[in-house]
Amino acid sequence: MKEAAIAALIAFGLFVLLIGFRTDPGPTGALVLSTRFGVLAAVVAAVFLGALARALVLQQFAGPIERMVPVSLKAALSRMAPYATAAFIAFAIFVPIIFYNNRYLLDLGIVTATYAMLGFGLNIVVGLAGLLNLGYAAFYAIGAYSYALIALTFGLSFWICLPLGGVLAALTGVFLGFPVLRLRGDYLAIVTLGFGEIIRLVLLNWQNLTGGPNGISGIPRPSFFGLPFNATDHGFAATFGLAYSPTHRVVFLYYLILALALLTSWVTLRLRRLPIGRAWEALREDEIACRALGIDTTTTKLTAFAIGAMFGGFAGAFFATRQGFISPESFTFTESAFVLAIVVLGGMGSQLGVAVAAAVMLGGFEFFREFEQYRMLVFGAAMVAVMIYRPRGLIATRKPSVFLREQKIVPAAIVGEARTGTPA
Amino acid sequence: MTAGAILTVEHVTMRFGGLLAVNDLSFIAREREITALIGPNGAGKTTVFNCITGFYKPTVGRLRLVHPGGASFLLERLPEFRIAREARVARTFQNVRLFAGMTLLENLLVAQHNALMAASGYTVLGLLGSRGYARAEAEAIDKARYWLDRIGLAGRADDAAGALPYGAQRRLEIVRAMCTDPVLLCLDEPAAGLNNRESAELNEFLHAIRNEHAISILLIEHDMGVVMEISDRIVVLDYGEKIADGTPRAVRDDPKVIAAYLGVADAEVETVEAEVAR
Repeated sequence: MKEAAIAALIAFGLFVLLIGFRTDPGPTGALVLSTRFGVLAAVVAAVFLGALARALVLQQFAGPIERMVPVSLKAALSRMAPYATAAFIAFAIFVPIIFYNNRYLLDLGIVTATYAMLGFGLNIVVGLAGLLNLGYAAFYAIGAYSYALIALTFGLSFWICLPLGGVLAALTGVFLGFPVLRLRGDYLAIVTLGFGEIIRLVLLNWQNLTGGPNGISGIPRPSFFGLPFNATDHGFAATFGLAYSPTHRVVFLYYLILALALLTSWVTLRLRRLPIGRAWEALREDEIACRALGIDTTTTKLTAFAIGAMFGGFAGAFFATRQGFISPESFTFTESAFVLAIVVLGGMGSQLGVAVAAAVMLGGFEFFREFEQYRMLVFGAAMVAVMIYRPRGLIATRKPSVFLREQKIVPAAIVGEARTGTPA
Repeated sequence: MTAGAILTVEHVTMRFGGLLAVNDLSFIAREREITALIGPNGAGKTTVFNCITGFYKPTVGRLRLVHPGGASFLLERLPEFRIAREARVARTFQNVRLFAGMTLLENLLVAQHNALMAASGYTVLGLLGSRGYARAEAEAIDKARYWLDRIGLAGRADDAAGALPYGAQRRLEIVRAMCTDPVLLCLDEPAAGLNNRESAELNEFLHAIRNEHAISILLIEHDMGVVMEISDRIVVLDYGEKIADGTPRAVRDDPKVIAAYLGVADAEVETVEAEVAR
């Protein structure tokens, strides 16, 4: 009761100016102050009742919210996890067949897969190695611009430019990594944030090379192993005896990004079982202990940074070829934050979690498109709810990379975030 | 140079701004012996440890490590991870530093990182699934299993290290250090927080690994029972200076040590000091 009253009071303080008063253009054109105390009262009352209801529900169950889920259901869910992955991939593969005529959904699928791929890439850096990176969009941008510039200047094909974009992004990752990886935690986050902005500003101002704010247009579209997607006799449709349809290219792009995303995921899973992957996780758990065991933490961090950047670069190259036009606007901090949100909400280190988070966030965004005004509100509320009830993300448990007899899932509470400090 | 010395500490001084943590310390740890570093709280023991393992660089002084094979390393010139990798000095920490979210087995595999890294062709061969790496990993797992058996935790190999009881975590940290194949094992208060039975077991265990694996041990300890029983040689520090160095028996009877540990009444200070001066 008391808590509910406090919550209501806070809500009142917050909203009294936001909702209670409103300025409208009056009949003479001057602003007129109008009051909306009725709405304000409704909002405050809603907060009060909500807090009261929450307190009552919590009282019923007495204990952390986790316990409200019955044990049997939890066990069933964890048994389902491997099938869920398979089902998710299978669904992803069949999307273009089921929704062949729904261009909108196909595009959404492509965007989702792109973000899932970015999420997987960032997951290596943030989820496994525990290095908070707020400038991931920079690598995405470098991949995209590398692809666009190389493809336009040298006329090389998609399949040559794609790896080049990734390699260039990885190299940038290494260059950035050298000076900054001795920083930890928040400091590293700030520097990477700055780096992301620097890259964007360079792209914006280096008119001769990048076209500045006008961006680069006319980026070559990908071909089906040399067969362009067009209506000519040499096109994809004609060669395979199909009627030309622009959907062919969309479907091809969809499968391309899906393959790239799955490749990223596969490589990550594989790396986790190798010494380098275990060293990344050990680094996240305790850096000082790592050094005491003879692990060169600088190189280890650099590889994490470079590999994460490389996948970001691949995704960027794909983005460039899909859009056909890129400009610095596509690589703002919002982009980095969005990908980071996917990783954090999905559960750091979990592939399935990231994929689900990407699908839910982008799907949710689209779903709420009609309620334009409330979209951000719902999005924010969802974020807050996840952070309260699942602070380590949707799937926060950790699967050991190797086992003697039986693979036991490590509960989320034990999985450490990067610890800092000097040896004691 | 003294014959049989594995670690020679010469005139090591460590200053933190105005604070003199270690002052002109020299001592020797002999091959295959257990050397204990003792002293009251704040005597600079852990600082010495951090200098030996490279986490601090001494302000002045030299730390020479000589392998039984003859290779010699100047520890003050190496970064900490190379001291562990090349000079093969392994250490544990006063407040246990395990990889809590990883299983016991994973903890011991991380300790074998450098060997496995080479076997995995610096990740490239491993990523392609080479046979050589699979073999190396199987060997590493066998080694981990051996050490887990030694500390009686084989049954919990697949549990998270953070879920272990404290005593078991201490033992795990010691065997994790052993998995790096050290020539010198540095233990920072291995018996802290253990009950009597556990420290007796620890003594036995340390003796056993010293004898079977031909390593030298340097340890910091507060528990005098453990120290007296286990060490071949004891170095006593007080206010960053060495006040005694010798066999457990000699150190136990040293009035300086008694004064440092038990303290003396003000009236007796002069007599003790006179005695000490003699």
